[in-house]
Amino acid sequence: MRWINLKPGRATSVALMLAPFALLVIAYGIGSAARLAENPGDKLLPALQSLVDAVNRMAFTPDVRTGEYLLWSDTAASLSRLVAALGIATAIALVTGMVIGMFPYIRALLAPFVATVSMVPPLALLPILFIVLGLGETAKITLIVIGVAPAMIRDLALKVLELPREQLIKAQTLGGSSWQIALRVVLPQILPRLITCLRLQLGPAWLFLIAAEAISADSGLGYRIFLVRRYLSMDVIFPYVAWITLLAIIANFALDRLRIAVFPWSNLERGA
Amino acid sequence: MSEIVLDKVWKEYGDQIVLEQISLTIAARAFVALVGPSGCGKTTFLRLLLGEEAPTQGTITLDGVPLVAEPGPDRGVVFQRYSVFPHLTVLGNVLLGKVLKASPIAARLFGAKRRAAIEEARQLIAEVGLTGAEDKYPAQLSGGMQQRLALAQALIMRPRVLLLDEPFGALDPGIRAEIHVLMKRLWHETELTVVMVTHDLREAFTLGTRVIAFERPRDRPEERERYGARLSRDIDIWPPRIAGETSIYAPDRADPVIPLSLAQDDLAPRGDRVS
Ligand SMILES: Nc1ncnc2c1ncn2[C@@H]1O[C@H](COP(=O)(O)OP(=O)(O)OP(=O)(O)O)[C@@H](O)[C@H]1O
Ligand SMILES: [Mg+2]
Repeated sequence: MRWINLKPGRATSVALMLAPFALLVIAYGIGSAARLAENPGDKLLPALQSLVDAVNRMAFTPDVRTGEYLLWSDTAASLSRLVAALGIATAIALVTGMVIGMFPYIRALLAPFVATVSMVPPLALLPILFIVLGLGETAKITLIVIGVAPAMIRDLALKVLELPREQLIKAQTLGGSSWQIALRVVLPQILPRLITCLRLQLGPAWLFLIAAEAISADSGLGYRIFLVRRYLSMDVIFPYVAWITLLAIIANFALDRLRIAVFPWSNLERGA
Repeated sequence: MSEIVLDKVWKEYGDQIVLEQISLTIAARAFVALVGPSGCGKTTFLRLLLGEEAPTQGTITLDGVPLVAEPGPDRGVVFQRYSVFPHLTVLGNVLLGKVLKASPIAARLFGAKRRAAIEEARQLIAEVGLTGAEDKYPAQLSGGMQQRLALAQALIMRPRVLLLDEPFGALDPGIRAEIHVLMKRLWHETELTVVMVTHDLREAFTLGTRVIAFERPRDRPEERERYGARLSRDIDIWPPRIAGETSIYAPDRADPVIPLSLAQDDLAPRGDRVS
């Protein structure tokens, strides 16, 4: 048989899925053991036990200075920034993307502007944001919004333009006004895409969040990683990175489930 | 009632002349079948009638009033594809026209109004033989069912004119014959003027009261852009078919039509159709 036609069974699939993760852990274990054998004080690849200790210290023991459980307070700080920023970006993208896609006049007005803004590297704007908006939460949230909103707007506007022309004509022959068509024909078909769009922007959003936190913050996952970097505390950094990854995976998965649950038709289309 | 008059209509796209010199009067309650080679401008013609495009020259009037340059509820349409909304169920699709009419701001109906609208929609759904499939999404329907749904969706607006662009082109012959029966009945029962584009001559002669053909008078490659298609044939079906009356001469002679109830293969239960 051709390779393109060979499909793994269920058990094989699971095994294949786990293999790269297992390999990574094993490689880490070997590397760590080798380095520690050479120099017991090595900090680069701490032993599994030190990682567990670090997790215990960060997540389950109150901090001596503040009395907080650092991992959780950092997570809360980061997530609240992320949620606020993504909420704002989503709202902006939904409204702007829809009007750009639907109304030729607004498209002529805004589409080139959004395209231009989306080319500005957001991190280059970070100093300006800190100068103008101060070092507080506003600047960080703004950075994320500027970083992810233009891409979302363009994606949604494109999606609106991709709706078959026949549908919009049909809606007009059913007596729909622009407002009604926006509400009953365009919006519902855009929402599933909005969720997908949000999923794709999770990566950039985390990037901007951590960049902002690295530079100016007093809590947050990014802040902590860059703080302990000074002491070469890889035993804290590794679990934090894993935890951020896990959070992103969960958000990604949950958003997709949400889409299927709320818009069941959006999965029928693909014959899935 | 709903007479369409085209007077010396031209349509050009940039340098390309697509239609030229189309003068035509379509009587109220006629069933006009439009045939012609691919690319000759049949869809363009429907777009003109729909108001989606404006003629470059000439005028189109509906009952003596010039057409508004925008699609509206007095002209229903069924396209070959994409005629129904994928995010709405069968019931939601048929209901939509009613809802948009009755609720300008919220675009939703509640309570008694909603129940009344659902009642009407269900009757229409039954009429096109989709009872039982009310809660399905279009992606879960066969091609024939989707087209019947599109018909019901258009008919709930009680349009004066129904425009069909190769609506049954993609269907297999059995289902097509079945939809022909349905189409004929709907035309007899509702106050409709129908213009249907088709590639199938047999379909044209089975359904139409009048068959018209578009053709380019000159079709050499170098002349193609400069000469549009004209009305080349205009045939009234004999013996005449009249909406609402069974023909005494040869009732529907053209096709070995399979009765609707036998040929149906979808989930709709039989026999409870309103007819
Ligand atoms: N929006 C447009 N812009 C430019 N040219 C167009 C446009 N729409 C149609 N045309 C041209 O007009 C001609 C007629 O197109 P039309 O779609 O009306 O053909 P048709 O008769 O419906 O063909 P078919 O039977 O294949 O559907 C084609 O040559 C096409 O290239
Ligand atoms: Mg066509």
